[in-house]
Amino acid sequence: MYGPKVLEHFQNPRCTGSIPDADGMATIAEGCGDVFRFYVKIRDNRLVQVRYEVKGCPVAIACCSMTATLAEGKTLLDAMEITNEVVEKALGGLPPEKRHCSNMAADALYEAMQDYLYRRAVEGKVSPARCSGDSWRTMYLPREVPGSKRGRS
Amino acid sequence: MIYLDHAATTPVHHEVAAIMCDVMNNCFGNPSSPYAIGREAKGLLEKARKEVAGLICARPEEIFFTSGGTESDNLALWGVVCSHKGRGSHIITSSIEHHAVLNTCACLAEHLDCSVTYLPVDSDGLVDPDDVRRAIKKETALISIMHANNEVGTIEPVAEIASIARENGIPFHVDAVQTVGHIPLDVKQLGVDLLSLSGHKFYGPKGVGALYVRRGTPFAPPLRGGGQEGGYRSGTQNLPGIAGLGQAAVIAQRDMDAELQRLEKMRDALIRGIEEEIPGVRLNGHRQYRLPHNVNFAFDNIEGESLLWGLDLAGIAVSAGSACSSGTGEPSHVLRSLGLPEHYLNGAIRLSLGRSNAEEDIPFVIETLSSLVRKLSQLSPA
Repeated sequence: MYGPKVLEHFQNPRCTGSIPDADGMATIAEGCGDVFRFYVKIRDNRLVQVRYEVKGCPVAIACCSMTATLAEGKTLLDAMEITNEVVEKALGGLPPEKRHCSNMAADALYEAMQDYLYRRAVEGKVSPARCSGDSWRTMYLPREVPGSKRGRS
Repeated sequence: MIYLDHAATTPVHHEVAAIMCDVMNNCFGNPSSPYAIGREAKGLLEKARKEVAGLICARPEEIFFTSGGTESDNLALWGVVCSHKGRGSHIITSSIEHHAVLNTCACLAEHLDCSVTYLPVDSDGLVDPDDVRRAIKKETALISIMHANNEVGTIEPVAEIASIARENGIPFHVDAVQTVGHIPLDVKQLGVDLLSLSGHKFYGPKGVGALYVRRGTPFAPPLRGGGQEGGYRSGTQNLPGIAGLGQAAVIAQRDMDAELQRLEKMRDALIRGIEEEIPGVRLNGHRQYRLPHNVNFAFDNIEGESLLWGLDLAGIAVSAGSACSSGTGEPSHVLRSLGLPEHYLNGAIRLSLGRSNAEEDIPFVIETLSSLVRKLSQLSPA
């Protein structure tokens, strides 16, 4: 049912814990009771530390562990390319019924990075309120993140 | 491996396996055939019927062999409702029944316009007999309440409910899959009209069970065919399985007193140990009216499935209140009926003891479980 990589990460989850003075933090709570909370510490647009707290099934725990492992050390832009599908692939596949509710770790990480960017935007006096919808992100992101390649997804 | 899921299924007793092999190797006859090997098969069939009847203090002619608990429940419900007036009948059951009863009720409601009253239970899982009395209507055809709940182990007051059913002349079915072979059971004393039992829950083989139907109970057999089992359950009998079921009944009766005491002792040690070692646990089910082999705990802010897998990786097999393998992630209907707080709902596991467990296993189980709970709690957001 679960592959060896899933069980290994479930048994020995990496990068566990919280970051009290995190630069970004986000929580995704699923309807079925699963909770994914990611913390990021960012220096020079690089994820120097990724930590998480999770309540969920073995797949949820393994996804968090894999997401943090993949993300730590990456630049913001590279880390934003880590999707739930990337995590699933890195874990060697997941049972179909576990793909949705349990595989939300990458989404939670993405939200934590957005939280960081939002905080920066607020500090930088770029008022998100003056932008419509999410457009502040696209306005802000290319200018602030060095090495960004326009046109990447 | 330490197997703690005897409520799901039990290993076949070696004496049972021996008899089954013997029947398969040496007696292939059809019990309905009149010649010698048919008569021999018939002899084995009737011997097993006596043995199963003996276990629940019934008459042999009131025992009808089936393919197991689910079939027995289906036959009981359809058989009684169809003998009543069928369409538009009323059924009383509880909200914590096995799905074999709940889904059959839903099917009867859909196809025969039956109305169903699902009685609530208290926080220990007990049905209130007064609720049964109040639910009875003119068109009530059947009352079906389980003897003991398979998840939380609560033993229901079936004798009281039976006397209410009898006063009102309503047939009473009891799903006793979890109790037969484990605790003393006398159908006459309980006063039930129909009772389901399953072989593999008490060291018999899978795929065989029986339905007890008290003589004189209205019953219209839903399964039609060659008229085997007195017409109550057509189909050539599964003779090796039935012979095995008979032997399992003999063993259960023989060892019941000693095994009951041994299991209760281990159960209480397990409950005490877990409550002492792990803060914030919640025992599900009634403390006193409880199956001798059932332990069910809910843990705060941990998912039962993670406990199941963590214990499995440590060599302990248990079952979780809800494994969201269905994709819906729906918590157990039983725990919901007990009114468990939301954050406990997904965090329940059941440990069910049996013959394969020894007292020496208990400290290891408690230790492994408490360190696993600590680990998962640390991982969990507060």
